[in-house]
Amino acid sequence: MPHPVPQSRRIFLQRAGVAAVAVAGGSTFLNACASSGGGNEDDNRGERTEDNPFGVVASAPLSVVIFDGGYGDEYAVFHEELYTEKFGDAEITHKAITDIRQQMQPLFNAGNPPDVLDNAGAEAMPISTLADTGQLADLSELFAADAIGFDGMTVEETLNPVAVESAKYADKPLVLNYALQAYGLWYDRALFDEQGWEPAETWTDFLALCEEIKGAGIAPMAHQGKYPYYIQQTLMDLAVKHGGPEVVYAIDSLGPDAWKHPSMLMAAEAIAELKAKGYMLEGTEGLDHIQSQTAWNEGKAAFIPCGSWLENEQKSVAPEGFVTNVAPTPLMDGAVLPFECGRNEAAEAFIVPAKAENVAGGMEFMRLMLSKEGAAEFTKLTAAPSVVNGATEGVELTPGAESAISFIEAGGENNWNYYYAIWYTPLDPLIQTAVGELAAGRISGEEFCQKAQDAADEIASDPNTQKRTRA
Amino acid sequence: MRHGRYRFIIGFLLPGLVLYAVFVISPFVQAFHYSLTNWTGISPDFEYVGLQNFERLLDDSLFLTALKNNVILLVLVPVVTIVLALVFAFLLNVGGSSGTAGIRGIRGNGFYKLAFFMPQVLSVPVIAVIWAVIMDPRPTGLVNSVLRGVGLDRLGWLSDPDLALWCVIWVLVWGSVGFYLVLFNAAMSSIPRDIFEAAALDGATRYVTFARVTVPLLWDTIQTSWVYLAILALDAYALVAVMTVGPGGPDNATQVMALQIAQNGFSFGRAGYASAMGVVLFFLTMLIAAAMLRATRRERIEY
Repeated sequence: MPHPVPQSRRIFLQRAGVAAVAVAGGSTFLNACASSGGGNEDDNRGERTEDNPFGVVASAPLSVVIFDGGYGDEYAVFHEELYTEKFGDAEITHKAITDIRQQMQPLFNAGNPPDVLDNAGAEAMPISTLADTGQLADLSELFAADAIGFDGMTVEETLNPVAVESAKYADKPLVLNYALQAYGLWYDRALFDEQGWEPAETWTDFLALCEEIKGAGIAPMAHQGKYPYYIQQTLMDLAVKHGGPEVVYAIDSLGPDAWKHPSMLMAAEAIAELKAKGYMLEGTEGLDHIQSQTAWNEGKAAFIPCGSWLENEQKSVAPEGFVTNVAPTPLMDGAVLPFECGRNEAAEAFIVPAKAENVAGGMEFMRLMLSKEGAAEFTKLTAAPSVVNGATEGVELTPGAESAISFIEAGGENNWNYYYAIWYTPLDPLIQTAVGELAAGRISGEEFCQKAQDAADEIASDPNTQKRTRA
Repeated sequence: MRHGRYRFIIGFLLPGLVLYAVFVISPFVQAFHYSLTNWTGISPDFEYVGLQNFERLLDDSLFLTALKNNVILLVLVPVVTIVLALVFAFLLNVGGSSGTAGIRGIRGNGFYKLAFFMPQVLSVPVIAVIWAVIMDPRPTGLVNSVLRGVGLDRLGWLSDPDLALWCVIWVLVWGSVGFYLVLFNAAMSSIPRDIFEAAALDGATRYVTFARVTVPLLWDTIQTSWVYLAILALDAYALVAVMTVGPGGPDNATQVMALQIAQNGFSFGRAGYASAMGVVLFFLTMLIAAAMLRATRRERIEY
């Protein structure tokens, strides 16, 4: 499935080749000769009508580049068909690739990027850098346009709030994150039914449940320790649900002592407690996603933190009768958010480059993606929810997808998201390293907060970091 | 006639030089250029920032950790690899029982060479994946099962900050010994047999023969190997990236400069800064290669 950790995972098999070169001292990756400007500045627009709000020139060709990852590119082919139905004369170039950066970087540098780009996967370009350097077209027009298939609603009104929030850089929508992902603790409903277990709502009950699970000879929790990103989802969720969204706003704003918030400290101590009490699968801190998730599928561990792509990712591994379900992170004493909510993330960053030849066409393509028909087809083909509200009605879902979607709906306004990892890319691995140490039981909750804060302060003091705020 | 010969020579040299200039020299020059800018790597625009990137490097704790780890690799990997390769090559060549036919190699010489050379055929990511599986940190992991079998505790291997770098060193050595074994073996085969026989007649033990005859005669080869291995140790990117936790190791225990270059250049949109790291690595590599060649220079022995 698509990967939410663009910077830190799975990057490397592909990069290994580049490595030798980069290392020879010369960083040869720069050799494509970077800086030659040019490109299309003037907007090629035709007449604007109700059906064609951006003034697409019917005959203008459209180039679409899709990240061919876990979601494949079939859904995009469908969206292209919708576009062809509308503009039969437009010649569409469809490209499905995995090495987005390697192929797109020279085009951006030379000023002739494609019209629509799905900047996703391990090889995605840093989106905040693209936004800050003015390389993304303003999507305000798209967000204000009529949504197709939703009577009288604008596109923005049909979107999950996290899509609207994550689109914005300096208050302007620049990115369309198309897929919706929910994070929680995943378990096998069949196993829990058989054992008479029920996911706990409070931390105290959760610890009691862990004890019971451990007694049954199963590790209560596994995590993908090679990539501390996953267990970090539980950590962040514990903290934010306890202290409220202000906790994450401060973190995203690089606020002073943001990582030392009492709720964060409590959450860190809770994670340390899981390790100290022996509730983690032995050795899980060194396992990658495949090893740990497989162990979970084999019933060696009861819970695993992950995003809603998990079921699809494990499709070929999960044994017969395994019923993937998600449970919200339990609440620590004094939590201000309800049990039924969690981190929702909008992923698959679709962009229209500012220097694209056919900006209007790119936006119209996005509008078709976000149409009721287009979004439903995405869910049908990928078993994943899109950011379009209510587009999954009537689509047959697997148990995992169904539980994820009802989890998203139950959370509603209380669902939350963090952005620091995308906004300040260099901070991401530093925090993950600290989380890894915490989850392995090598540092205490307090030491974690200090370590994370030091990292955040280091980034905050870097003059080249573009700071952003949330409130 | 003379003129024609020059043209002939130039004709052969030129394509190579052009390729070298385009794919080696030009990127180097560009890297030097970009190291003075704040280029993001994904935009045609950038500004010159003077030596600011280099100043920041001095305060970059992660880069300094990476540098420290590279230095540890630099000290250990070449020595261990060369010593092991030399010993094995010597054993294969002259370690056999000295029967009536004089000095000879060990029995099954060809098989051992093949077995040792095997890792060389595998690509680094494959080696990384294989070893990550062997060093599975679970009690059921391959090495851990063996440890349990002899009554020892499970170890975290790559997930243990105290062990992770040693695991990387081990895999680097394991992956390199075979190649240098074959190299030294070939070099040893070209040493005339009668030198060994003469040494044996003079009553030299195997050890003395190795230290006083073999090693001095192989010095040129060892010297070259040393430089190559030093460059390998300054890289280690693919192995660290694929095999270690993070990647970069638990608590950055296996962080290396090349990984920092890749992350800054590709993931963080700091291509200018990454170029500065590349420039530092460039000078470091040059310096070490030059120092190594100088320090180990010996009179060439003709035979």
